Amino acid sequence: MKLYRFIIELLQIAILLGVAPAFTGWVRMLKCWSQGRTSAGLFQPYRDLLKLFSKDILLADNASWIFRFTPYLVFGTAVLAGAIIPMLSLELPIASTADVIVLVALFTIARFFTALAGMDIGTAFGGMGSSREMTIASLAEPAMLMAIFTVSLASRSTSLSQMVHVIYSGQSILRPSIAFALFAFVLIALAETGRIPVDNPSTHLELTMIHEAMILEYSGRHLALIEWASMMKLFLFIMLGVAVFAPWGIAETGDIVAISAAFLFMILKLLFVGTVLVMIETGLAKMRIFRLTEFLGSAFLLATLGMLPYFILE
Amino acid sequence: MDLNIAAQLNSFLAAFVLLTAFGMLVQRRMYGLVHLFTWQGLFLSINTAIVGFVVGKHHLYISSVLTLLIKVILLPYILHVLIRRLKVHREVEIIVNIPMTMMMGIALVIFSYYLMSPVSQLSTLVTRSTLAVALATVMIGLLMMITRKHAVTQIIGFLAMENGLFFAATSATYGMPLVVELGVALDVLIAAFIFGIFFFHIHTTFDSLDVDQMARLKEED
Repeated sequence: MKLYRFIIELLQIAILLGVAPAFTGWVRMLKCWSQGRTSAGLFQPYRDLLKLFSKDILLADNASWIFRFTPYLVFGTAVLAGAIIPMLSLELPIASTADVIVLVALFTIARFFTALAGMDIGTAFGGMGSSREMTIASLAEPAMLMAIFTVSLASRSTSLSQMVHVIYSGQSILRPSIAFALFAFVLIALAETGRIPVDNPSTHLELTMIHEAMILEYSGRHLALIEWASMMKLFLFIMLGVAVFAPWGIAETGDIVAISAAFLFMILKLLFVGTVLVMIETGLAKMRIFRLTEFLGSAFLLATLGMLPYFILE
Repeated sequence: MDLNIAAQLNSFLAAFVLLTAFGMLVQRRMYGLVHLFTWQGLFLSINTAIVGFVVGKHHLYISSVLTLLIKVILLPYILHVLIRRLKVHREVEIIVNIPMTMMMGIALVIFSYYLMSPVSQLSTLVTRSTLAVALATVMIGLLMMITRKHAVTQIIGFLAMENGLFFAATSATYGMPLVVELGVALDVLIAAFIFGIFFFHIHTTFDSLDVDQMARLKEED
């Protein structure tokens, strides 16, 4: 039985690795359609990754071990985070060792090392990207923790599986605090995954890029790992949001039928969330960087407003 | 309707009223403010109707319809006309430090919760938990009047305060007597007209609706 759970855990990681590029492809495809362009297809991200893996690595002379180590660390934390978030089943052996706070810390480690690697080579762009990224992170992280704490207040636990259990147990969903937390989470997820009002994922325009500026010096296998990890990060944030705010479909037990149903539900939810994401991205313009404090400030406000009604109204 | 569901709907709408109050606190654009004000009125109106339905007080329906007519249709219309006639719709107001204002708003919410928690413990009404939100809405309206410099936004802050009071009346005592509510509604309407006239006078005297300009109204020595 114990072995069986580990198999499910491994299956979940395999799905994370396999589906994340397809999801990015789906978002890009919808975006192309909404802008009247011809899309490169659902599988273009896989082709990109393959191409990058087959290329040579070009390292700067002064690159230290941090620069070489960061891609593996970023990739590894993304995979580990994927093992913690319940995507298919609630009975994940690794998930019981880590809760939401650890999850946020994992994302932070990845970001910290990416910022270090951005500065490691000593180019101006890398330093600029790192400083911007850390500015955003310092504002987004408290808001993110507040939003998730609101939900964990309601379920009296910071463990993700426990939170899903409580929502399953049929307590009312008409809670103002959870609605606010969801709102805040959407704003933060846009900021953390570098989507449009905050950062443009497809830009290489010097003055506006944030995430791309940090990884500008990477090439070959390293770049492939980082790109793959950022696709997984987008996927993971959506899975985290789904697990916390709309977990219906995730299997409570580990039997095969429930798992395959959970997989189907997951695909449906991904298609839906991707559409919403594209609608947000085509509807909004990228924000000026000095407006970001207000954007993330309102995310924090919403998260706090979610926590206050929990005490005031419920 | 089940009492529990009604209480939940009530607190949900209360949360939205609070959200619109915060939205108004940080909104820069004139039309955006008016839209948020309209939404707040709509939430109030729905909330009043629900409370009236649950507790079986039919005069609340009348005040709900009154709210809908005055605060969702008439007042926003008047404000729209004013903004267009005075040509201030392009104006984007500079507010002192939005994140700071937000923090002050949150502090006000916590303060009003602290102030209201003994009162709501004594109360037995379905709507008792929304009292703190009502007080917070009043306070945020006041904060908006303090932090803004533009006459039109100050008036919207004033009207938002009135919304908060109305909400407090609904949640504390299931609404005031109908005569009082009719009187208040009429007062607000008249006030809006008078404000309009004053706006035109301020505008023709100072060429601006910035109330800082009124410091010039001193007698010269």
